[in-house]
Amino acid sequence: MNAAHIQLDRQGRLLHFLTVEGLSRRHLIEILDTAESLHGVAERRVKKLPTLHGKTVVNLFFEVSTRTRTTFELAAKRLSADVLTLNIATSSAVKGESLLDTLRNIEAMQCDMFVVRHQQSGAAEFIARHVKPHIAVLNAGDGRHAHPTQALLDVFTIRRHKPDFPSLQVAIVGDILHSRVARSLIHALNILGVADLRVVAPRTLLPARVETLGVRVCHELNQGLRDADVVVMLRLQRERMEGALLPSEQEFFQRYGLTEERLASAKSDAIVMHPGPINRGVEIDSRVADGPRSVILEQVTNGIAVRMAIMSITLGNHARPVGEGS
Amino acid sequence: MRDAEFLIEVMAGQLQDLLDRRGIAEPALVGVHTGGVWVAERLRQRLGIATPLGLLDISFYRDDFSRIGVNPQVRPSELPFDVDDRHLVLIDDVLQTGRTIRAALNELFDYGRPASVLLAALVDRGGRELPIEANVIGTRLKLPAGQQIQLTGPDPLQLSIQAAP
Repeated sequence: MNAAHIQLDRQGRLLHFLTVEGLSRRHLIEILDTAESLHGVAERRVKKLPTLHGKTVVNLFFEVSTRTRTTFELAAKRLSADVLTLNIATSSAVKGESLLDTLRNIEAMQCDMFVVRHQQSGAAEFIARHVKPHIAVLNAGDGRHAHPTQALLDVFTIRRHKPDFPSLQVAIVGDILHSRVARSLIHALNILGVADLRVVAPRTLLPARVETLGVRVCHELNQGLRDADVVVMLRLQRERMEGALLPSEQEFFQRYGLTEERLASAKSDAIVMHPGPINRGVEIDSRVADGPRSVILEQVTNGIAVRMAIMSITLGNHARPVGEGS
Repeated sequence: MRDAEFLIEVMAGQLQDLLDRRGIAEPALVGVHTGGVWVAERLRQRLGIATPLGLLDISFYRDDFSRIGVNPQVRPSELPFDVDDRHLVLIDDVLQTGRTIRAALNELFDYGRPASVLLAALVDRGGRELPIEANVIGTRLKLPAGQQIQLTGPDPLQLSIQAAP
């Protein structure tokens, strides 16, 4: 059994949210529709719903993060849960045993949900296998493997601008090799049936056999952007870069950086996305990042509603009628 | 049992009288998803109220989340007017335990502080579990516990009684 299996119960409902792989269109649409209902909450006088009142959410962050951590915190708070965030500095390799010890200790504090960010692929899945059955586990990014809530907030943002997925051409540009965001987004867009999905990157920043994920490969930016409805720029993962995969950042920008001139190859109403934090002048020019086609800050806002939806769905699926035990 | 359109006619008359007695000239109507929205839209047209309809989906306010989780068919709530100091009429299709109305009142107050809230229901089938009563009722109906009454719509609006699932 892998992550795709353990996140579903026998009726196929989401108990954890670990990966987009193995989910159906119905799962994604349920999350997107629920998020749509939650989106307006931020514009009300009281930006809070009572849904998770009395629940405790623990953010377990073994890897630094600002945006993801704060939006998970806000999402939990807007659902009236109590939130505890632990930033756990770790040595390079976390042994299974010490992770389990951490887990058991926090479990003993009677919590209901773990949100896990870890530099090691499979960490959230490992935790999901070992937690008590009433606890839901959400993957907030594991190694190079997956960042499923980011993928869902990306498709939510796309749907708000361009709701007809089967007619869309999407280009994902940049460091695909180190990007868990790209992996999860590719799975999500294929499940939703986009017409054409391309990755645009130099050979050195593409994983081996990337075509098997269901994408077309382009090595040249203008060609990759042609007629695109959606352009997703990825952060150049300098901190993950080992060895000489790139000649220099300047050269990368010259070949793969998104500028206004290059964006002209895409459709005139194309939207530009980026999971953040952006490297201005490395993968994207400031005039594009701050320009009228950019929806980068909308992605941040949408991340709250999408995470609220995933939290309420997974914890709701742990619900048990009184008397049926756990 | 009378048909739904007739009952809405009855409600419209009662509601107009009540609004006149209270001196409320331009109330805002708020329907509870889904049936309550259909009834509310009919009442808004009959009463010639210009303020757009408010829509409330109380899924996130239910008191049984820990038993049944989130309703997968949840829809956005939308109150396209300022709730502060406004006279509101909350409208649902079937009033029974009162739990839906408890949830709806809580949600309304997260939008602001209304001047007053009236409650109108198409059918009151009794069986209250909370201290909540409607100001305007289309009809009262006594039903055995094993049966449920359902409104289908929006066009035509029809009430039907069937065995509870």
